Amino acid sequence: MEILVCIKRVPDTSENEITVNKEGTDIEREDLVYSVNEWDNYAVEEAIRIRDKVGGTVTVVSLGSEETEEVIRREMAMGADKGIHLMDPALEGSDGRGIAVALKAEVKKGGYDLVLTGAQADDGAGQVGGMLAAMLQRPFAALVNHIEVTGADTLRIGREIAGGNQEFSEIRLPCVLSIQTGINEPRYVGIRGIRKVASVEIPIHGISDIAVPAETVGKTGARVKRIDYFTPQLGKGAEILEGSDEEIIDKLIEILKSKGRIK
Amino acid sequence: MCLASFDPRINRLAMRIGATVRYALAQYRQPRYPLAGILHIFLFVGFVILSLRSITLVFLGIIEGFTLPGLGGALGNVYMVVKDIAATIVLITCLIAMIRRGVFKPKRYDVPARYGKNHTTEAVFVLLLISGLMVSDALFEGSLVAYQFQSHLETEMVLPMTLKGMAAAVLAPNAASTLQAVHMAAYLSHELIFFFFLCFLPLGKHFHVITSFFNVFFMKLDKGTVKPVKWDVSEEQLDGLESFGVKKLEDFTWKHMLDFYSCADCGRCSDNCPANAVGRPLSPRFISIKCRDALFERYPLWSGAENEKTLMDGVLEDDEIWSCTTCGACEEECPLLIEYIDKIVDLRRGLVDEGRVPQSLQKPFSALEKRGNPYGKMEKKRSEWAKDLGYVKVLGKKASAQTLYFVDSITSFDDRIQEIARATARVLQGAGVDFGILGSAEMDSGHEVRRFGEEMLFLELRNRNTEAILESGVKKIVTADPHAFNALRHDYKGIPEVEHICQVLERKLVSGRLRLKKIEDPHVVYTYHDPCYLGRHNGIYEAPRRVLDAIPGIRRVEMERSKDRSFCCGGGGLMLFYEPIEETRMGKLRVEMAKKAGATVIITACPFCMVNIEDAIKTSGLEGKMKAMDLVELVLQQMDWGALPNSKPTAETHSEAKNGH
Repeated sequence: MEILVCIKRVPDTSENEITVNKEGTDIEREDLVYSVNEWDNYAVEEAIRIRDKVGGTVTVVSLGSEETEEVIRREMAMGADKGIHLMDPALEGSDGRGIAVALKAEVKKGGYDLVLTGAQADDGAGQVGGMLAAMLQRPFAALVNHIEVTGADTLRIGREIAGGNQEFSEIRLPCVLSIQTGINEPRYVGIRGIRKVASVEIPIHGISDIAVPAETVGKTGARVKRIDYFTPQLGKGAEILEGSDEEIIDKLIEILKSKGRIK
Repeated sequence: MCLASFDPRINRLAMRIGATVRYALAQYRQPRYPLAGILHIFLFVGFVILSLRSITLVFLGIIEGFTLPGLGGALGNVYMVVKDIAATIVLITCLIAMIRRGVFKPKRYDVPARYGKNHTTEAVFVLLLISGLMVSDALFEGSLVAYQFQSHLETEMVLPMTLKGMAAAVLAPNAASTLQAVHMAAYLSHELIFFFFLCFLPLGKHFHVITSFFNVFFMKLDKGTVKPVKWDVSEEQLDGLESFGVKKLEDFTWKHMLDFYSCADCGRCSDNCPANAVGRPLSPRFISIKCRDALFERYPLWSGAENEKTLMDGVLEDDEIWSCTTCGACEEECPLLIEYIDKIVDLRRGLVDEGRVPQSLQKPFSALEKRGNPYGKMEKKRSEWAKDLGYVKVLGKKASAQTLYFVDSITSFDDRIQEIARATARVLQGAGVDFGILGSAEMDSGHEVRRFGEEMLFLELRNRNTEAILESGVKKIVTADPHAFNALRHDYKGIPEVEHICQVLERKLVSGRLRLKKIEDPHVVYTYHDPCYLGRHNGIYEAPRRVLDAIPGIRRVEMERSKDRSFCCGGGGLMLFYEPIEETRMGKLRVEMAKKAGATVIITACPFCMVNIEDAIKTSGLEGKMKAMDLVELVLQQMDWGALPNSKPTAETHSEAKNGH
């Protein structure tokens, strides 16, 4: 099976303190550390497992600046066979739709049976997977937490529904799935693994390589414009507890008790 | 063992000979378990004495009147008497040992169902074989003595209370032909048992009779260290290695294989293993036994090598390997000096290389790679704990100092443990030590990173720290974290001398640079918990105790498990992130022990011990009745600022110290 996994390089939320910059145009990017988006990491692991079972190749693709290469390499160290780096000045400032346009062209070019994306990205809006499927006119399932290859062109996929219950569906290939965390336990990638693939060439595709008109992507093609970043004002009834962890816990218990929530 | 990895053990011969005399010949570690130990010493001495006799007997069957060279004359007569006594003692010892194994069944020999069937039968069977040897030799000689006596021939000296004496007395009334038959039958039985025993030995735990001598001789000499990935591959060449760590049997070094063959199944390692005590799926004894079984399966006696399989799929389990806190209790106890930590680390290296790392450890690994600490905190916040103190220098272009206080991650970032950092800084200041910290240039020491098998990440952290330390130009390093201490002392090279804070405190107390005042509450009973990486791995047991005892009026008790038998609190560094399968927590058992000793305050000298023990006090419902304190915190609380020579503390420091914790 030919599998393409779309991945993104994002500021790691567990290793950064995210603050909005003074101008309100972006988050403070100095001192940030980046990693592969957590959901995407699960998707790559799942793709590798499917490949190990039924054969084929796993390709990871990512759209972004030069630094994006590091996450592509990490996922290749994990076990992906190939990497593609979508990079072009024309792609800068793309909205979700613009990214989906570029990815669609890449999928067409590579002829993949199965396209996986993360269910959402730490810094995204969870829209690319769905848009990509629509543009490709392929069946789409979101928040997938279980994949089983049941036939030459069928998959049995699972999704968690309310109450911790599980729902199963059958989907035909080729298709697009957005992957939920917890679908597997991704393997560890250490420095050694990354060094092993350090010299593997990762082709860079610009818009001419994938035949995408410049006006459909980037700033010019974007139909969503980000206008502001701000930290919400403290609302009524909201209270931020201060002190050491212990003091905060004690205060919290007190409040919950006084409001009759716990006895 | 010829296929195993390289391991340089033929070196430092004087030390090795010394160790062999101490641990093999003098059986130094045996009496740690008094009954079993003394029984073993009797058996061992008996074996040594009787082995000469057994060899003589083999030749006696071929050459009439054979004696070993030198044992022909008077010396031979002395030997025979000594041997008769030894044989008697060995038989009695065997009987006691059989009763012990067969009737009383000490718990430590139990084999949990998942590790296969009980080993008692083999143990008792071998004891029977040994008894058989003793009895047959006694009958062989007793019948001769009886005959000689009957015939009024000259007899050698026979002590009446020995086996031989008794055999002679019992056999005396029989006819010469009967005696002749007994004589022959006893000889044949002796030789049959002897040769059967020799063939049987290598197949099980009794191989140690032969291998233990070599196992001790080739022991690991450097405590606290971790073996390199490969002994014959330099750090620079590591990138070229196809595979890392131990994945299949042949990846072990030959010494580690010798360990497997040598294990005597005595169960002392597991009896002292904290992971085993809390029901984690780890029992060091069965690491050895399972691997020995796997070796026999892979290299059978009667056919070629077969069953090539990886260790982690069928022989050992992931959880088993991650459960170890590397506390070293097993290695401290093993009478044969079998190593476990290096094997565990090698197996972890193999797992890391395969990407088989528990999810709970992946986040801290990734944070260490990106931020140099397992919490993913920003580098610039590493020195925030020191802000309010005002006087802690961050070493660099503008500031320099004689001594570096290496803080390490948990002490820099954990809310509670930062108090240990502040206490350390205040005490150092009070004791007149010119010190500074590395601030954001300090990375995690990487102690657990290495011991959890992520060698490349460790090397990166080590290199960055080494560079920062050398650049700071300090002459000495001090730390309050035994894990950092052990890393800097054993894993780092070419950096200034490292001390744990307790050593500095001891020195300052002796020199009078530090004075302590009387304990105010006479009802408080203190006990000292030895952190594994200060005690067992570095042999520092007395310095912290001497510091405590320097406090006037202190009441200090020892827990049953202390010093080299200290019981691990639950493990430090990355072990705090790992989610083990266990029935209870090590810290809870440790707090129980402190309670049993009558203590109300547990003094530790390690930030991780503090985390684990404080947690355990809470979860055991002992809050208010018991508390945990770091040695430095107690010293700060008891510091007599007024008595300090040439040091006028600032008013702020003074009042803070007084308020204590």
